[in-house]
Amino acid sequence: MQFRKNKIRSTFIVNVMLFLLCVAWTLPTPGLFVTSFRPRDEVSRTGWWTIVRNPSELTLNNYRQLLAGKDFTCVTADGLKVTEKGNNLTKALLNSLTVTVPAVVIPILIAAFAAYGFAWINFPGRKFFFVLVVALLVVSLQIALIPLLRDYMKLNLNGNYLAIWLAHTGFGLPLAIYLLFNYISTVPRSILESAFIDGCSHFTIFVRLILPLSASFAIFQFLWVWNDLLVALVFLGAKREVSVLTQRLFDMIGSRGQDWHLLTSGAFITMILPLLVFFGLQRFFIRGLLAGSVKG
Amino acid sequence: MISGGGGISILYLVANGLVNRLSSTWRSRLQPFIFVGPALAVLSWYLLLPTLRTLYLSFFNANSAKFTGIENYIFAFTDRVMLTAFRNNLLWLIIGTGGATIFGLVIALLADRSRFEKIAESFIFLPMAISFIGAGVIWKFVYAFKPAGVEQIGLLNAVIVALGGEHVGWFTIRPWNTFFLIVILIWMWTGYSMVLHSAAIKGVPKELIEAGRIDGAGEIRIVLSIVIPYISGTIVTVPTTILIVTLKIFDIVFSMTNGLYGTEVIASQQYKQIFKFLHYGRGSAIAMILFIAVIPVI
Repeated sequence: MQFRKNKIRSTFIVNVMLFLLCVAWTLPTPGLFVTSFRPRDEVSRTGWWTIVRNPSELTLNNYRQLLAGKDFTCVTADGLKVTEKGNNLTKALLNSLTVTVPAVVIPILIAAFAAYGFAWINFPGRKFFFVLVVALLVVSLQIALIPLLRDYMKLNLNGNYLAIWLAHTGFGLPLAIYLLFNYISTVPRSILESAFIDGCSHFTIFVRLILPLSASFAIFQFLWVWNDLLVALVFLGAKREVSVLTQRLFDMIGSRGQDWHLLTSGAFITMILPLLVFFGLQRFFIRGLLAGSVKG
Repeated sequence: MISGGGGISILYLVANGLVNRLSSTWRSRLQPFIFVGPALAVLSWYLLLPTLRTLYLSFFNANSAKFTGIENYIFAFTDRVMLTAFRNNLLWLIIGTGGATIFGLVIALLADRSRFEKIAESFIFLPMAISFIGAGVIWKFVYAFKPAGVEQIGLLNAVIVALGGEHVGWFTIRPWNTFFLIVILIWMWTGYSMVLHSAAIKGVPKELIEAGRIDGAGEIRIVLSIVIPYISGTIVTVPTTILIVTLKIFDIVFSMTNGLYGTEVIASQQYKQIFKFLHYGRGSAIAMILFIAVIPVI
């Protein structure tokens, strides 16, 4: 009886502590979400939590202003008309997509080929090259910035999408190969052998069997590329036509640091896709995380 | 977009087609390199050679024209701003890594005993999907402050004022401002630590815990003497990953304070040396220091 009572009490304590931690972790985010739907004046006058008292003030104007790219007129509390320059984030959103899709497909494809080669094809120097790849996990992208910037200047690649695709490919490869190698090694050899007996070549086995498995690792690369700021700043440069969402958000923090109504909606625009991916594919994401750490 | 993704696939298809035309001895000799060759080529261009070239450049002056020996390294270890950056990075490493690891472990332990495990873990894990810069905006808003007498719109200041306190300009009080930035990192990376610890805890044999219970150990005793020793391997590997992320921390500092008020870190200093002062030698030297600092961690 005593044991039972203790158990109920400790479960209660556990749940309360867990709840408090979850609240602490979640509390910063709704502020952003709510603020992105509030009109400019209200945002700078009152805290976002006052929305509970006055829910009718919510508006889509901030998003209109950010996405349509037109000048935007609004009437302030004192009856003054203020015209603000709009920001065209739609273009940046498309740029982000243009950067991200190939910057995910290319490295995952190359990494899957390499991981397959390392795991299942025998060739001289296999051990040596694999150790080399794992050793490169240590090299941070910072170290490559200056030499690459010079190469790109010579090749006239700066500000070009190809430049950033290749950069993300280079920086993402070691981890991708390492994760995929761990993963491909766990596929039973018997499956492979029966495929050989059926007359498949390495290439067909790879395309039919391994490539579909690799897809779940694309999530990492996606989040990494989409959320990246440094690589974009360095290799895409300041040109408006090519800059991606994180760059534009960074610009906005600098140039309109106090315009919370636009900053918050801008930030939310950059987060929509990663959040969707995250909620849709959380299972794969966690599986990938764990696969990478097994031998860690 | 399509040209990028499609181009690479065609490359592999063509290469494979060519190899298939060769005699079978040559085919088995060349085929491995179709699989691993492109990866090795890209890696040498993007990581292997740059490391050597950066090492080389770090011994030269601003425009890499004159050999200056270890002058850039002397600068890196004596400049006042650089020393602040080193101190701050150390704070980031200790508090950031420690905080994320410990919070993750505690949450994983709690969640393991709760019926709401899945939901709770989703909440904690969520910030991992957000970019550093998006997280920056979220937290900038939490830390926002307004002059006295005006209603505070930042969450923290509103709470403090409501409790009768004085509003605080969080980013300008040294050396605590670095600590407030580190909170953001902990907020983002606790999810990672939690997922790995949680998986490790699931691997602790039930019999061990039952045996502990029968011997009369309380919950806390079970956690301390059975669960934690059992998952000690994970408790060691998790911080290594976070440590590497923390060492290179750039986006948070760069977007929140731009290194002002003494919040500079090594990576943001490197960026400034390259793009603001156009000093490639110093930028390279700092990159080398970062690189050497990571090695012992692995």
